Formats: sequence, structure tokens, C-alpha cells
Amino acid sequence: MRNFLSTRNIPFLITVLVCLALYTAGAFLFRGFATVSVFINFFTDNSFLGVASLGMTFVILSGGIDLSVGGSIGLTSVVLALLFEQRHLSALVAIPLVLGGGLVFGLAQGFMIQAFDLPPFLVTLAGMFLTRGLALLLHDSLPITHSLDWLSSLTLSLGQQTIPATALIFLIVLALSIWIAHYTTLGRNVYALGGNENSAFLMGLPVARTKITVYGLSGLCSSLAGVVYCLYTQSGNPNAGSGLELDAIAAVVIGGTLLTGGVGFVFGTLLGVLILGIIQTAISFQGKLSSWWTRILIGLLLLVFILLQRFLQSRPFGPALKPRKLTPIQR
Amino acid sequence: MNRDTWRKLQWPVIALALVLLFNLIFTKGFFHLEFKEGRLYGSLVDILNRGTPVALLALGMTLVIATGGIDLSVGAVMAVIGAMASWLITHGHPSLILVLGVSLGAAIFFGLWNGMLVGCFKVPPIIATLVLMVAGRGLAQLINDGQTVSFEHPSFEFIGRGHLFAIPFPVTILAVAFLLLGLFRQKTAAGLFIEAVGDNEVASRYSGVNPRQVKLLVYAVCGLCAGLAGLIATSNIMTSDPGSAGLNLELDAILACVIGGASLQGGRFSLAGSIVGAMLIQTLTTTILTRGIPDRLTLVVKALVIVGICLLQSHAFRRVFRRFGAAPA
Repeated sequence: MRNFLSTRNIPFLITVLVCLALYTAGAFLFRGFATVSVFINFFTDNSFLGVASLGMTFVILSGGIDLSVGGSIGLTSVVLALLFEQRHLSALVAIPLVLGGGLVFGLAQGFMIQAFDLPPFLVTLAGMFLTRGLALLLHDSLPITHSLDWLSSLTLSLGQQTIPATALIFLIVLALSIWIAHYTTLGRNVYALGGNENSAFLMGLPVARTKITVYGLSGLCSSLAGVVYCLYTQSGNPNAGSGLELDAIAAVVIGGTLLTGGVGFVFGTLLGVLILGIIQTAISFQGKLSSWWTRILIGLLLLVFILLQRFLQSRPFGPALKPRKLTPIQR
Repeated sequence: MNRDTWRKLQWPVIALALVLLFNLIFTKGFFHLEFKEGRLYGSLVDILNRGTPVALLALGMTLVIATGGIDLSVGAVMAVIGAMASWLITHGHPSLILVLGVSLGAAIFFGLWNGMLVGCFKVPPIIATLVLMVAGRGLAQLINDGQTVSFEHPSFEFIGRGHLFAIPFPVTILAVAFLLLGLFRQKTAAGLFIEAVGDNEVASRYSGVNPRQVKLLVYAVCGLCAGLAGLIATSNIMTSDPGSAGLNLELDAILACVIGGASLQGGRFSLAGSIVGAMLIQTLTTTILTRGIPDRLTLVVKALVIVGICLLQSHAFRRVFRRFGAAPA
């Protein structure tokens, strides 16, 4: 029990409580809120945000940040739509192609950050401009008439409810991310890197490789999020996912991952995404409040969570959550 | 101009000169200035005028970056301040002094809010200001009830559209802000403290500087600059558009600072450099527009500029370069 309640778990536990509280409040306030179909919709409507947030989780766990996520989604969705509509490629060729592109793009960003010792903020900002600019140059928003039926028909039936393909992709990526983060060497290295880069380096961990891989993972996840966007909307849109990087960062932080890196759970990110989804759904159920309240509430929630993190890092809870010192590695 | 100032400024100035040279050769009438009805007209004046909001944001941002921070909320603050000004004017408070006082006061408050989170609660600046960036635009929409509000107010209009001594009034505002901040940085102790905190926070604390106060100050100044930029942008179109006012301008402002030689690690910055950076961005944008190239290309060009600047600033990259015998600077 003591171990369970260690300082590392407290942000995560609070996330769980907030998520449950919000859901219960919604269920009591609105009729039809606590139904299975609404619950499935939390996953369906937030699937591309969710997939992108999972990639972002790894980046933030490693102590970095990735602003190129939204732009990547826009570029992927346009490229995919163009591959379908103008090149008439089959989904089996086109989707791996764009995923590969996303992976390479992410790896390239990671390489720039690692090899030239550049701030992740700037490199991924450039990535955001580049992807969004290329997407806008390529094409305006266009519908996908290419038959994606077989992909969309990959659903899972649970009694009377069906879980659509987009939600399934989200869940699969979630499972994979949990596996990578908590059960593989790569995952341990990511935590070590985020905890303290100097120590990780001195312990002989492959810091360079891990850092580049993390950005590669994020690139892969955001292009997959672009594919999910295409499935979800049946269209390619160069403006898809604009501002989504902020929502993704918010979801990760609300999910209990420390921004300084090294502390957090992948599962927390799912809860973060769900909390954003619950707020959005509750506001649409309420009907009177306008949609911009969503932004304000997300902002407030973000504020509460970062203050909470600071509070937990302060004195009475000991040094377990102290942020790492930002001294450059001496080589 | 002493050597140190010039060394900081040489790259952005050379880049700006190159873009201007390109226009001198390829764009007809780019340097043409005309004096009509007591006002100065021409592409160069346009660039100065249009570059003003980003330049103002960049001025405030420079000080924040100098302390090792960053402020993502400036674009959202612009939107909120614009919405507040338009709300006051359309809801029967047309007194210009009241409008300016309330909206700039609110801008300073937003800045202090960010400064409080960063300085007192030690929240990482990217996240601390992210809160206001996310919530701010919602707040602006709340004030405007989600609408784009147009209004009329002759003296408010002067802020964005007026001319003083033949020069657009926003440019005058920018010049005054630059002079004041420049004096503040050169002639007061606080200017030195900002640099000290950015260079080494712990060392500056041991030498008796209060990093908390310094941070509150720089974020407040940054908020004020964002408020001014918001007023100019709103008055320029006499419309408050909460959805798109100042959208992504925080990124342009950061870019301007980085082009101007500021280091995101803090401690190294140049106010003049940031202005040159902002004007470089605007000149590039105007060039792209006047060449008839789709303006979507600006994003790609900006991305390449960031990458280039980053690499030039990176020691690791310079080392690689030296190994091949060609060392830039």
C-alpha cells in the first residue's frame, strides 16, 4: 500500500479520481450520458487526438516536446487522400507509405535535436511550419471517395454495440505504447533519459539512440493519427489537427506525466484524453454553454494539474519528484 | 555602434540586406517611396507598418527569453485584449482613456499571471504560458459571445490606421517602445538583472538579485507588449476576431527573437536584433506575396529559416563544419 501511494503515483491517482468524478457528475446531470454508446464515442471522437497524445507521452517522458504533431496530421491526411484519389493506390500500399514518411520525419527531427544539440522546441516548431506549409501547398481539403469500406468495416461487435475501426486503432496503439513504455528496454531508457540525461549517459545507456527513437515514435504516431483522421472524416484536410499539439500536451500533463520528464504512465494519457472528451461531451449535452467553454475549462484543468505537480514536488513530499538539473552533458 | 553590438546583429542584418537586395533587383518599385497628402507611402513603409505587431511581441518576448523563459500566450492575449476593447466600445464606454487603461491593465495582469506561475510556482514556462494560450482564446470568444465584432470609434481607429509625422502611428508606437525598453535595458540595474537571471539563476540569486521579481517584471512587460499589439491589430481592421486575431503570432515572435540572436537557454539577447528579425519575417512575407507566389509558401520558408538559424547557432554543427574546412563565423 505504501508503495502504491508513493509520490510518483499521486498525480496519476488524482487523474483517475478527476476522471471518475467528471464521469459520475456527467452521468448524474445528463440523461443518457452514462450509456455504452456515449462511452464508445469518447474513444471514437478522440481517436486521432489519442493516438497523437500517446506519441507525445514518450517525448514528454524523455524530457522533450514535440510541436509538429498537428502539422504532421494535416500533411499525412492530405498526402493519403492524394495517394488514393490521384494515384489510385490501394490502402495496403498507401497507408504504410505515409506511416513510413511520418517515422522518417520524426527520426529526422530527433537527429537534429540530438546531433546538433538544438532545443526540441525550435526544431519541432520548424517541423510544424514545414508540415503545415507543405500540406497547404499540396492541395486544398478534398474528400476521399476511394473505398475505405473494408477498413472502416473492421469493427468489433460487443452485444448490440460496435466499436469502430478508429477507436480500435486507438486501443491497439494504447496497448502497444503501454508495452513499450513499461515492459521493454527502450521504455526503461526513455524514463532514465527523462529522469536525468547526465546519469543516463554516465550509466552507459544509449542516450542518442533513445532520443532519436522517441521523436521517431512520435512522428509515427502523428502520421497514424493522420490516417485515423482520414478514416474518421473520409477526407484529407491540410488544416486537420491545427492546434492539436496543445491538446495533446494538455492530455499528457492532465494524465499525470511530469513535464520535466521521467515520471508518468502511458495509461494516464488515456485518462487525460478521456477527461478532455468528457468535458467536451458534457458541454454538448448541456447545450446552453458554448463550445469555447471547453477551451477555458481545459486551460483551468491544466492549471490545476501543473500546480498540483509543483506542490507534490515541493518539500513535504521529498525529492522523489524533483526536476532534473538542466546542465549540459560534458563529453 | 560598438563591436559587440555589431557581432550580435550581423547575421540578421545580413539576411535582411540579402532579401532587400533580391527585391531591389527583381521587384519593380519596391524601394519607391511617395509623399502624398502628408503621408509616406511605399512597400517599405508597408513592411514596417505590418511588421509592427510581431515586432512589439518580439520586444516583450526578447526580455522573457533573456531570462531563459518563453511566452506562448501572447497571441491569445492579443485576441483577449482586442475583444475587451471592442466590448468596452460597443457597450457604451467610448472614452479612449478608459478603453486603453482597462485593456492595457488587463494585458499587464495576464503578464503578471504568467510571471507568477513561472517565478513563484516554478512551473516550466512552456506549460505555464500554455494555460493562458489555451484558455485565452476561449476567454476572447466568451467576451465576444463567439462573434466577430466590428465597431466604429474614430480616435481608437487612430491607433492602427493613423499617421503621425507622415509615418503610420503603429510604427511610432513601436519606435517609442523600442527606445524605452532599450533605455531600460542599458541604463537601469533591472536590465542587468534580467541578463544575470537568464545566464545563471542560482548565481544571480546568491549575488542578491531576486529572480522572482525579475520574472514577474519581464512577463508583465511581455503582456503589455502583447496588449499593445492586440490594440493595434484590432484597430487596424476595426474588428475584433477572437478566433484568428494573433493566431500563431507567438511563434513568429519567438522566431523573430531567435533570428535576432537570442538564445532560448537565456542570457543572450538583443532588442534591436529581435526588431530586425521581425522585419525580416515581414519582408519575406511581403516578398513572397508581391512575387505572386502562393502565401502558403511562407510557412515552408519560415521552417527553413528556423532550421538554418538553429544550425548556425549550434556549436555541434559548427564543429562538423570546421572539420570540413569551412567555418562560418
